[in-house]
Amino acid sequence: MPLVSNILSSSLGQKYLMALSGVGLFGFIVVHMLGNLTILAGPAAINEYAAKLHSMGPLLWIARIGLLGMVGVHIWAAVRLTRDNRKARSVQYQGAVDPVDRHRRSKIVSTYASRTMIYSGLIIAAFALFHIAHFTWKIPQINGVEVDFETFYVYEVSAGSDQVAYLTPLPDGVGKEGENAVDVYKMLTTGFKVWWVSIFYVIAVGLLCIHLSHGLSAMFQSLGLKTKAYEKWIDHFACATGWLLFAGYASVPVSILLGFIP
Amino acid sequence: MNLKLKVWRQENADDPGHFGIYMVQDIAPDMSFLEMLDFVNENIIADDGDPIAFDSDCREGICGACSMVINGVPHGGQQGTTACQLHMRHFCSGDTVTIEPWRATAFPVHRDLIVNRTSFDRIQQAGGFISVRTGSVPDANATPVPKEDADLAMDAAQCIGCGACVAACKNASAMLFVAAKVSHLSLVPQGQPERERRAIAMVKQMDKEGFGNCTVTGACEAVCPKEISIDFIGRLNREYGRAILKKGNA
Amino acid sequence: MVAKKKIAKSKGKTSINKTSRNSADSMKVSSRVKKPFILKPNIPPGPISEKWNKHRFNLKLVTPANKRKFEIIVVGSGLAGASSAATLAELGYNVKCFCYQDSPRRAHSIAAQGGINAAKNYQNDGDSVYRLFYDTVKGGDYRSREANVYRLAQVSVDIIDQCSAQGVPFAREYGGLLANRSFGGAQVSRTFYARGQTGQQLLLGAYSALNRQIGLGKVKMHCRTEMLDIVLVNGHAKGIVVRDMVTGKISRHSAHAVVLATGGYGNAFFLSTNAKGCNVTATFRAYKRGAAFANPCYTQIHPTCIPVSGSHQSKLTLMSESLRNDGRVWVPKDKKVAEKIRKGELKPSDVAEKNRDYYLESKYPSFGNLVPRDLASRNAKEVCDEGRGVVASGLGVYLDFTDAIQRMGENTVRERYGNLFDMYEKITGNNAYQNPMTIYPAVHYTMGGLWVDYNLMSNLPGLFAIGEANFSDHGANRLGASALMQGLADGYFVLPYTIGQYLAEIGEGDRPSLDDPAFISVQDEVECRINTMLSIKGERTPTSFHRELGQIMWDKCGMERNKTQLQEAIKLIPRLRQEFWSNVKIPGENASLNQNLERAGRVADFLEFGELMCRDALQREESCGGHFRSEHQTTEGEAKRNDDDFSYVSAWEYMGENKKPKLHKEPLKYEEVKMTQRNYK
Repeated sequence: MPLVSNILSSSLGQKYLMALSGVGLFGFIVVHMLGNLTILAGPAAINEYAAKLHSMGPLLWIARIGLLGMVGVHIWAAVRLTRDNRKARSVQYQGAVDPVDRHRRSKIVSTYASRTMIYSGLIIAAFALFHIAHFTWKIPQINGVEVDFETFYVYEVSAGSDQVAYLTPLPDGVGKEGENAVDVYKMLTTGFKVWWVSIFYVIAVGLLCIHLSHGLSAMFQSLGLKTKAYEKWIDHFACATGWLLFAGYASVPVSILLGFIP
Repeated sequence: MNLKLKVWRQENADDPGHFGIYMVQDIAPDMSFLEMLDFVNENIIADDGDPIAFDSDCREGICGACSMVINGVPHGGQQGTTACQLHMRHFCSGDTVTIEPWRATAFPVHRDLIVNRTSFDRIQQAGGFISVRTGSVPDANATPVPKEDADLAMDAAQCIGCGACVAACKNASAMLFVAAKVSHLSLVPQGQPERERRAIAMVKQMDKEGFGNCTVTGACEAVCPKEISIDFIGRLNREYGRAILKKGNA
Repeated sequence: MVAKKKIAKSKGKTSINKTSRNSADSMKVSSRVKKPFILKPNIPPGPISEKWNKHRFNLKLVTPANKRKFEIIVVGSGLAGASSAATLAELGYNVKCFCYQDSPRRAHSIAAQGGINAAKNYQNDGDSVYRLFYDTVKGGDYRSREANVYRLAQVSVDIIDQCSAQGVPFAREYGGLLANRSFGGAQVSRTFYARGQTGQQLLLGAYSALNRQIGLGKVKMHCRTEMLDIVLVNGHAKGIVVRDMVTGKISRHSAHAVVLATGGYGNAFFLSTNAKGCNVTATFRAYKRGAAFANPCYTQIHPTCIPVSGSHQSKLTLMSESLRNDGRVWVPKDKKVAEKIRKGELKPSDVAEKNRDYYLESKYPSFGNLVPRDLASRNAKEVCDEGRGVVASGLGVYLDFTDAIQRMGENTVRERYGNLFDMYEKITGNNAYQNPMTIYPAVHYTMGGLWVDYNLMSNLPGLFAIGEANFSDHGANRLGASALMQGLADGYFVLPYTIGQYLAEIGEGDRPSLDDPAFISVQDEVECRINTMLSIKGERTPTSFHRELGQIMWDKCGMERNKTQLQEAIKLIPRLRQEFWSNVKIPGENASLNQNLERAGRVADFLEFGELMCRDALQREESCGGHFRSEHQTTEGEAKRNDDDFSYVSAWEYMGENKKPKLHKEPLKYEEVKMTQRNYK
């Protein structure tokens, strides 16, 4: 089909794929952060949120496969585009951009974020893999504590009863996979108590913030939605969103480490 | 004024090249940058040296021949100015000035500061035109063009094809150039019949020539001697999307 | 329009057919028999408004199937070159196009700012083909061919249609229709424009048409390739020898016909508004091979250029003439005041109104600052020669916008001339909103060129010259916004028809092989010349010779000429030429990109050509248009023509190395326009 081949083979088509998969991943990241923040409302809230997610069944799997697909497309396009870009400019300038006024300089010299998209992206991808292994697959060898998150379960009372009684943590080792919901609260508070896990997490979300501060505005441009009239707004939006996401994500491990969340 | 010049010297496309250092004295502030190089060359010839080769023709900022990166900035530090219109009064005595050719794989170096920009021509040949046979056209006023569209088309059409956008872009992307061309012709009613075909063909050729991709850094716009707006890149992105959805193929 | 053409055609069939056929036949005779220097203009008979239509009908055609068997060489890719190459290829011919720039889009047509004339009468202000014709003949000071000019005015309307269809973003009114302005003192608004970049936009239009044909494989484009000589086989132009400017390779190219669209020779003055690369080599080589060079002394000086800032100056920059619409030209009345200004002791604002001499306004009250280019230029020279110039070199006058800014406000001035003011500031470092601009005349356009007949063919059969490279349409002076018109008229609408006549006559078999002895020997000559130049290894650079020649030309054959100075120049130039051939220093070798070698070749030709210009200026004992002989002026200092003795085209025949060229005269007959002495008082 010519449409598909045009998209896959042209630089602009790859940029569209980059932008569209970026939109999807950005949506996931926002929702995921909002979910994470339920921890601030206490154990019940986050466990309930987790239980609801898990009860979605096939829908959850469709979402997961979709996300995985978007990650795949995003990385595929990124690698191809970066490879082309490297090839297009194989020699760098020796002369320093000087003397020009600061305003022009800032426009001529590309931003740090734009130059490091591939690196920030790949590090984020690596983190995401660890993150999944850590909290989704709950591989005990990598969580840095001597417990298996797989053993953290809550007892579910049938729907309709009082909320406090709704989710009751079960002692370690009690409960069955598939039957009992996971005690996400306990998993997070235990997991993020490990300092290096938290630091890795904060660094990764920091990179994510940098990645998005450029990526979001580039996304608008690639889709042809950016014009001078609201260029500033888009850039501000991209920057603000990056910081907000960073604050939102980082607040969880920081709060846990600092003991704000028991 | 006295300057130390660090100039890229390269015999031909196969030569790896190196920087040559030239101490230049008695530069008049009213000289244009290229006149300064003329002056340097006259001295080099007198000393039996090999003069610096650089492109220039009209020397009034419109032909787009001059192409040199001066202190890391294509056409030098002055906004909206080609190298031929850059004057030495913007430099201070004692400065070191680094002069390099456009750096892009799609612009291989011929010699010293001269690069081969025929890739731009080939992009134009792929579709940068409206197919009209000489003589077989309607009266010019039979096709009204809204003033706003004509003005915007003119903003894009001002491009002098110098390649500074490519030279400035960290990815050596030719998007601003292609965007200006595609936008110009898609904005006027005469360009409508070939609108989709043109966008697809020109982008295809652009990719083929080995230019990089747009990463929205805005460097192209900042160094463009005609100050062509990066908005046109957004427009090209829309044009291309529209084209492939409508046509699917070229 | 279409209906009109049809009527004209059918009329042609019945009544005038016979006579016009004769003119086409006579062309055949002149082209087949090798009789050098029979200059037959081949102007078709009949009423002027019918000539072109009937001639077109009478021209022989090449059938579509046969067109692809013909090969045509077009040298130059400016408006004329690109438009003709594209149109010829579109017709089916195989075209090879050559340019010295790295891309055809950089030809110097691109620098034209003002606009393009066309007798569209869109403004309903009384314009017509006849009026444009009349104005052009009058503006050319009655030294152009009526029939050619009429044709130019006729096809001017088609040019606008053509360019508009190509997507050229001409200025528009809110209703979407084309806008016009009055230009260069014309009494009607017939100038179409695209901001201050009309030349650029028109060239990009022609370039896009050319690109389409390159993409289709009908035009083979050779960039960075310079034509160094022309090859004649049996007296017909059949090919060229070129140098690849990147590798230095010399190669031969053969064709059925050769078209030169190589522009003008303004760079004979070294400093001009022409691009650095513009040169006379192609046309001059043709001249040396037997083509007649017509009216070389006609050079147009543009009054509003930025003055020379020092000995380093490499070229001059033109500021659009439109500036004179609102700017006022003045110098101080007193020499001493001017001297103080030159030394920087006084500012222009220090000069009181009563001490300023608005010399154009006082001398020409009805036209004021808008007098024609030559008058504005000469008067500037005059006041500067009196010692009243206001820039350091003494060669510059003020163009003051203070009154305009007071009258209209700075914003209106900015709207109208903003880009010009910015350009001025970039080059001079001065803000023209606060201080008056300084301007001085500079060489801008050359009306002379290769002699061509009505079919744009030179006296060498098979050799055509179009655009600024020929001489035919502007007479002794070109009107503003007419250069673009002529280039495109020749390229799109004249040459593609007339070249068919020649090709139909010779047939597709008449294309010599590259191994023809004529080709080999020309290539040998070219290589020998390059080797000789390289082997001199003297002391002076080509540029220094060029500068010196330019100074001689400007001083002795510039805005104002006289017998003694021209005679001096005719002595000085051969001496300089001799020095060149014994003392030029060209670094490097042929087999690589060698800009000094390119330059040297061009300078060598200018060194011969400059002498020809002076000779032509010397023989023309009158003042007309761009040629002002100080001996021939009215008591009021106006150019004084001598129609009885000099109403002819001077066409020069090359007689050999260091021999005096021979003057031939093509008489000019004016059947339509009555000759009058110009008076702008």
